[in-house]
Amino acid sequence: MSVWEDLSGQAPVVEQLRAAAAAPVPNHAWLFTGPPGSGRSNAARAFAAGLLCEQDRLEDRGCGRCHACHTVMARTHADVTFVATEKSIITIQEARELVTKAQDKPSSGRWRVVIVEDADRMPERTTNVLLKAIEEPPTRTIWLLCAPSPADVLVTIRSRCRAVSLRVPPVEDVADLLVRRDGIDPELARAAARAAQSHVGVARRLAQDEESRRRRDRIVRLPLGLDGVSAAMVAAANLVELATAEAASSNEQRDAEEREMLLRSLGAPEKGPLPPSMRSQIRGLEEDQKRRAKRSVTDYLDRALTDLLSFYRDVLMIQLGNAVELVNEPLREDLSRYAGSGRPETTLARMDAVNSTRKRVTTTNVAPLLAVEAMTVSLL
Amino acid sequence: MTPPKQAAARANAVSWRDVDPAPVVLVSGPEEYLAIRAMDTVRAKLRVSHPDLEVTKLDAGSYTAGQLAMTASPSLFGEGKLIEVSGLAAMNDDFLTDGLAYLNDVAEDVVLVLHHGGGVRGKKLLDAVKAAGAPVVDCQPLKKDADKAAFVSGEFRAGGRRIEGAAVQALVAAVGANLSELAAACRQLIEDSTTAVTTDTVEKYYGGRVEATAFRVADAAVGGQGPLALSMLRHALATGVDPVPLVAALAMKVRTVAKVAGARGSSAQIAKEFGMQPWQVDQARRDANRWTEEALVRCVRILAEADAQVKGEARDPVYAVERAVTAVALAARRG
Repeated sequence: MSVWEDLSGQAPVVEQLRAAAAAPVPNHAWLFTGPPGSGRSNAARAFAAGLLCEQDRLEDRGCGRCHACHTVMARTHADVTFVATEKSIITIQEARELVTKAQDKPSSGRWRVVIVEDADRMPERTTNVLLKAIEEPPTRTIWLLCAPSPADVLVTIRSRCRAVSLRVPPVEDVADLLVRRDGIDPELARAAARAAQSHVGVARRLAQDEESRRRRDRIVRLPLGLDGVSAAMVAAANLVELATAEAASSNEQRDAEEREMLLRSLGAPEKGPLPPSMRSQIRGLEEDQKRRAKRSVTDYLDRALTDLLSFYRDVLMIQLGNAVELVNEPLREDLSRYAGSGRPETTLARMDAVNSTRKRVTTTNVAPLLAVEAMTVSLL
Repeated sequence: MTPPKQAAARANAVSWRDVDPAPVVLVSGPEEYLAIRAMDTVRAKLRVSHPDLEVTKLDAGSYTAGQLAMTASPSLFGEGKLIEVSGLAAMNDDFLTDGLAYLNDVAEDVVLVLHHGGGVRGKKLLDAVKAAGAPVVDCQPLKKDADKAAFVSGEFRAGGRRIEGAAVQALVAAVGANLSELAAACRQLIEDSTTAVTTDTVEKYYGGRVEATAFRVADAAVGGQGPLALSMLRHALATGVDPVPLVAALAMKVRTVAKVAGARGSSAQIAKEFGMQPWQVDQARRDANRWTEEALVRCVRILAEADAQVKGEARDPVYAVERAVTAVALAARRG
């Protein structure tokens, strides 16, 4: 099974990458763009496998069977560096390390590949550190950057990269992938793919996890229960509380484990107070964990608000008389009733409110509760 | 029963005002200003008895071994010596060793003043000093207004100037947040006035200056008192309150009102539902009478915008928070 197969619904991109992987000297920097869930980092990884594949025949590159393909796909190949962050941004220190790393010669394969999965999470200062390294990398180094849209990276970076733009895969393709790869029931796969609006990762979670289906349902129904300022404030408080609880529960165990590992590797005494020389290390770890928790909360809210947006998208479709395919098909009756009581202009204004809140919560440091409250009262 | 060590410490505790020179004096506690005053007192008293006093200042953090013994050793001229050691809260191990050694062999004609800013570092040395019976000046921050008033009265008594009780209160209300500022104000009033200080004098010097907190600004705005809220906002900004907590305090007040606005039932029930205290609910209900739903919606949106603006979306955070206060105060009045 070749590495290209899982890139569902991206046939033009697969052609482009296959040709590039077979070229004797491929371009030195690539920018993968596409909406969330379209498989940017998967495409970059498949391309890296194609570049490093051990097959002699050029058209077989990316075979998925050789050692190089296996290790790249498992993210363990020595010549491929993956850069992703669990915090909100990639720091300048991390970028500097990357520049040094990019100077190394490949150890076993033909190329050294650096994959920056969250290029959109690099602030301007950080990107500037990479400029020179991306413009003129050593002859054997190839950069692969991933971002939701070309506008998310600096224009100076953009102009140094060849563009690969992935499209939103059709619902059918995503459902097929879920059936084929994860063995999910076709009916459920289709529903999940539609509810996730073709976001592959979200679709899989929705299909496999009953709890996340229920959570999504609750968020999508939020506008139906808004009947006054008091209710809106309570709904906002609940949403933020849910996000915080979710982030805490998913990080709690890991935080404790990391702390224990660090204590052990520092050789800390088993009981009694911590020596001052170790305290700063522990504090550093705790700060990192706090940043990670903050990112988890924002990610959760981002997802929730995207789901909420799908409600208004459907309402707008019904109001404009174009309700062929709804994202929230099971809610059709409620949606029709809701659509009947308003006008498309109001729906658009509400979508704006949700969108601007989403932008504020994800890109700035605002208090999430206040931002979400402002949104729910705007939805009244 | 109190442990013997603590009892000993209490027995030789002295106030910073009447501390007398002793072979070893310990000044401890987080209130920097009182510590400086205590050290000043010791120095001034010593200068009276030894006009040719030699003062040496050491820092316990960057201390090198042997320094203390060297400075404390008798000089050829036999003048009095005062050694002031600061930064004991960050003392290094050399100082700990030398300090303990010095306690067993106190030099003649030398006064050693130790200043420890708080914390547990060097506790062994502090305990040893206390056990040796040295006077200990405890410099705790003055939190209550009554303590601050007592401080002001003490300053005036020491300065030989009378002050009315009401004037003391007015002075504490105007500049009470920072102790050194309060002391500076006392000094100025003592030196400038020729008769007893009255409220009029305080009003003339510090009138109109009020130390406003973010919550007082929010209370005034949500209560619909626009002019008061704006002047308090100016006072708050002038006395160092950041725009960010100001917006947060406003949001908290408006949030409570908005939650309570449409809710029915007794105060106790609502309090339980929203996790508030019953008196908070009562107050919020009184405020809610002045608000309409539309006004609440408008204000929550303005506040969210202001929050983004004070965190970098706008150039001028002060303008953003002023606009939010105005909007909230106007909305509360109209409703």
